[in-house]
Amino acid sequence: MPLWEHYHRPSTVDQAIDNLAHYAGRARILAGGTDLLLEMQQGRTSPVAAVVDITQIQEIRAIEEADGYILIGAGVTHTAITHSALLTQKATSLVESCGVIGGPQVRNVATLGGNVAHALPAGDGTLSLVALAAEAEVAGPQGRAWRPIDSLYVGPGKSALNHTAEMITRFRLKPHAAGEGSAFKRIMRPQGVALPILGLGVWVNVVDGLIAATRIALGPAGPRPLRAAQAEAFLAGKAFSTELLPAVAEQVLADAKLRTSPHRATAEYRTELILPLLARALPLAVRRATTGHVTPEGIGEG
Amino acid sequence: MKTLSFTVNGAATQVEVEDHEYLAEVLRNRLGLTGTKIGCNEAECGICTVLVNGTPVVSCIYPALRAEGASVETIEGLAEGEKLHPLQEAFVEGGAPQCGYCIPGVIMTAKGLIDTNPDPTDHDIKVALKDTLCRCAGYSFITHAIQSAAKQIREGEKQNHLPALPETLAPLNVIGRPFPRPDAVLKVTGKALYSDDFNFPGMLHARTLRAKYPHARILKIDTAKAKALPGVHAVLTADDIPGEKNHGLVIQDWPALAVDKVRYIGDPVAIVAADTREIASAALALIEVEYEPLPVVSDPVQAHQPDAPLVMESGNLLKHIKVRKGDMDQGFAEADVILEETFHTPAYDHAFLEPECSIGRIDEDGRFEIIVGSQIPYQDRSQVARCLGVSDDQVRIKGALIGGGFGGKEDIAGQIHVALLTKVTGRPVKMLYDRHESLIFHPKRHATQITVKVGAKTDGTLTAVETILYGDSGAYASLGEKVMTRATTHSAGPYEVQNVKADCYAMYTNNPPAGAFRGFGVLQSAFAVESVMDMLAERLGIDPVELRRKNLHRVGTVTNTGQTLRESVGLGRCLELVSAEVEKRKEATQPASKNKRRAWGLAVGYKNTGLGGGAPDKSSAEVELYHDGTVQVRTSAAEIGQGLVGVVAMAAAEELGMKYEDVRVLLSDTDLTPDGGPTTASRQTFVTGNAARMAARTLRNAIEATLSELYDQPPQNIRFEEGLARVNGHSLPMSEVAQIFKREGREPKATYEYWAPKTQPLGTGGDMHFAFSYAAQAAEVEVDLDTGEVKVLQMVAAHDIGRAINPLALQGQIEGGMVMGLGHAMTEEFIVEDGIVFTDVLARYKMPSIKHAPPITSFIVEDAASTGPYGAKGVGEIASIPTLAAISNAVYNACGVRLHKLPVDQDSLLRALKSGNRTG
Repeated sequence: MPLWEHYHRPSTVDQAIDNLAHYAGRARILAGGTDLLLEMQQGRTSPVAAVVDITQIQEIRAIEEADGYILIGAGVTHTAITHSALLTQKATSLVESCGVIGGPQVRNVATLGGNVAHALPAGDGTLSLVALAAEAEVAGPQGRAWRPIDSLYVGPGKSALNHTAEMITRFRLKPHAAGEGSAFKRIMRPQGVALPILGLGVWVNVVDGLIAATRIALGPAGPRPLRAAQAEAFLAGKAFSTELLPAVAEQVLADAKLRTSPHRATAEYRTELILPLLARALPLAVRRATTGHVTPEGIGEG
Repeated sequence: MKTLSFTVNGAATQVEVEDHEYLAEVLRNRLGLTGTKIGCNEAECGICTVLVNGTPVVSCIYPALRAEGASVETIEGLAEGEKLHPLQEAFVEGGAPQCGYCIPGVIMTAKGLIDTNPDPTDHDIKVALKDTLCRCAGYSFITHAIQSAAKQIREGEKQNHLPALPETLAPLNVIGRPFPRPDAVLKVTGKALYSDDFNFPGMLHARTLRAKYPHARILKIDTAKAKALPGVHAVLTADDIPGEKNHGLVIQDWPALAVDKVRYIGDPVAIVAADTREIASAALALIEVEYEPLPVVSDPVQAHQPDAPLVMESGNLLKHIKVRKGDMDQGFAEADVILEETFHTPAYDHAFLEPECSIGRIDEDGRFEIIVGSQIPYQDRSQVARCLGVSDDQVRIKGALIGGGFGGKEDIAGQIHVALLTKVTGRPVKMLYDRHESLIFHPKRHATQITVKVGAKTDGTLTAVETILYGDSGAYASLGEKVMTRATTHSAGPYEVQNVKADCYAMYTNNPPAGAFRGFGVLQSAFAVESVMDMLAERLGIDPVELRRKNLHRVGTVTNTGQTLRESVGLGRCLELVSAEVEKRKEATQPASKNKRRAWGLAVGYKNTGLGGGAPDKSSAEVELYHDGTVQVRTSAAEIGQGLVGVVAMAAAEELGMKYEDVRVLLSDTDLTPDGGPTTASRQTFVTGNAARMAARTLRNAIEATLSELYDQPPQNIRFEEGLARVNGHSLPMSEVAQIFKREGREPKATYEYWAPKTQPLGTGGDMHFAFSYAAQAAEVEVDLDTGEVKVLQMVAAHDIGRAINPLALQGQIEGGMVMGLGHAMTEEFIVEDGIVFTDVLARYKMPSIKHAPPITSFIVEDAASTGPYGAKGVGEIASIPTLAAISNAVYNACGVRLHKLPVDQDSLLRALKSGNRTG
């Protein structure tokens, strides 16, 4: 059986939604395909009657700044994100997380929308979007609506999207203002596990030397990307110093539900990694926030 | 069907495609552009990379219709006529291709890089090529070639693309010089043909139904529904095999199709030939098999228990292998210190990038022709003939190029199946495995448990070594007995020890069979014994180099198996070179940050060249002079990337005083090439190198005799140089020599059957092997104390290989072997749980990529083997052998955790560091 029988390549979002509707539950959106096609090939997702290739839709391929937001089309590739000067400066952790996904050939076609739609709690791009409090615009038969990123996650690999009727069209997030910075770090293992052992996206706002606000996103640390709310509260109002890190790690652990994944990591190991990950990401985000100087780290080294 | 309109290599192209086709399929199957290779079909290996509008993408999961209107560049579009693109030129001259299967993808990825970055740094290349894999691991040559090509493009001036090579002996006319491979141009242009690149009119596509359980009785097979599916031409089971039901290289215990039982998850139960691969796949799903699952034997220690379920009716013990020397009681009584440690190594997959593919057809004379990339063509022939129930001469094995073997293409894969299906259908039949099937089916490296007990005096003298080995040979014998014999005889290391005892239990289990894999058991035992040597050195307070120096093999040593080493023992020199270089580098080492520790580790190793153990070890080659003055060398020996094709060409050129470029080579055709024997045991340079050399010398003697008569000169007055025969003031081009032979009604050719020096079986004393290669290697690692992450920063190595025939090819083998060893230590583990393969896709089995390949400083030691060709002995395996322990010892030296199993697991390493229990 072929994995799909019909291939559609609409040029507008409306056409794509119509295409989906036409197959009444038997068609799926195809972006880069680096997750979906493999899942179908390896039997984890059933073959479909049709795929709707959205890579031709110009509207969802742009990165722009407007009305106080950065807007990123869901069809923007990881490569385009890592090459964006705007995102590097004003959404740094997103650039860093998209720069470590897969290899260059995968990043050349894989899209941010696909990363979010795949709904892995450790999705690198996802963690940064959560840390940056991004929203996703979802288009469906009823029109379009903005939804918070975390609301799209039901469980590991389970998206709140209706894959056979809806699609993500754009993301929006607030660009880093003065005093704001972000960073993304993750730990991989060299053996055969494509997924990170643990990833961490951090956003901070430093005002007058004190941390006014932070957002810390962690995964996998539960069925959905985790916001470390207790750690965020703990940091609020404090002057940042690396001596705080062990206490921050304690707070993160209080929220995190770390578990053992066979052939990937033990819960014990993941627990040990919280502190070093924080030590890599948090001071870096603070430094970026206070100096305004940004040089993304680790691009292409994933 | 839809019409896809796009530009391919600059040409407007329209082609009808199915909606669900991928770009790679369209390029290969509809446009005949077979230069684009498919290695995994899961966007992991990157070798199917092509450029779409200048951007590298993996074509195996790129929907073809997405390329509508796009410009696609493939490897076929790079050269302009005969003129190679600078990348292709640099790859050829810089020795980058070995087996060549990855090379089109590597070059296209590199082109994508230098088109946008005309002066890429090492780091840029590591980033760009991170996911374009090369299992021969020619990564440093690839990097060098890319930079050299980029420079040529930038400066518009021809560059010397030869990379820096280790110092070797002064060359002869041809031998000792760094020539490119004879097949290099084919491999960089995409013209090189591997099995799947062949197609025939009316060809059917075959697939195999594999077992549903790792161990089960087959109660019933019903193929009726599958046979009824339109487009299906044959569905065969064991009942349809006319001849022998089993195959096997040593013991014929492996059913070509399962008879009444399946013994592992890759066991073939039925085979289907159909008009298309899709129909064949659909037919598999319609075959109904009733099983009665049986208890699973999942490891060799369990298999040895008296109450273990039986994998084989004859018992689970494949072989108990013993080595005995001296008196163990006395040896341990003399010891001041005794250490005993147990180690585990997992199974590993060869992960050659070319999955197995066979094509069967009936030729014009009604004989069976099998096109396949096989390491042992003549044994394929007899194994196919036996199952067909025909004589050997009714079968021809025609070798295609081989996209990596490493030992994994010695056993039968689809050869018998396509022969059976061709016989029944009368049509050509192609059987191509996808990566998943390749991973679950073919024999692996043996997983082992190895206990080493060593006794030593306070001065470091080893007094006794006792080892107990368990080898997981899986469901069928394959070469298991031979592999574990080698693991056992080498299990006390390359040391002179008076008292040695080794017992090995090679066991049948319900895991995939284990067989030949570069290093042939010795990687595993070297990891164990070389770890123990470092532990012993620490216990004794002796420098590990000094401890090894005191005990190592030298001329006069009597080995564990009772062989007196009379020559060509360059281990001492290897050790001195490496330890001196490491000392030098230690001084230059930058201290790591406070949370990271760096340290060096060292290990040594040895490996026999040739089959040994009393097996007749011979090879034949034929050399023929043609009317155009060129020479062809013919032998069935296999070229799996190791460079044999160049070795035999060089030997012939040297003996005939010809130019290397004027020698052509034909390999692996049982009709046209004499038997070179198996390509295994690092033997081909030695045996077929000798056969080619002697065949060329025989031809030279015949030419001398002819010319001596013609010109009335004594033979010693005839010289061969620069492609000319010089006699008495005359300079005859070789083309004229060929004509003289023709005029006299004689064929200007010679065949030589070379017999390697006789060896003795294990247990009988005497020479078990005719030569050993030696190596010392050191690795510098960095351990992150916060995360347990380990990186190999650099390596230093010295290899005693007798003589560097081709320093370029040699260095390719050395680096490739070391990176494979690094992969075994750091990234690879073939995981089977209760007989079910977990690592059944390449995404779960990671071979080292360019980002893992560290800088390697290499020294060559040429301690000649007197019977080797120009003094050469094997190199293919030795380069991987010490690497695992060198890295593991470095990890210990960096952080104090002693690893007892591989690969390095950062998770357990960190937990060991945190818990203070320094055993990993």
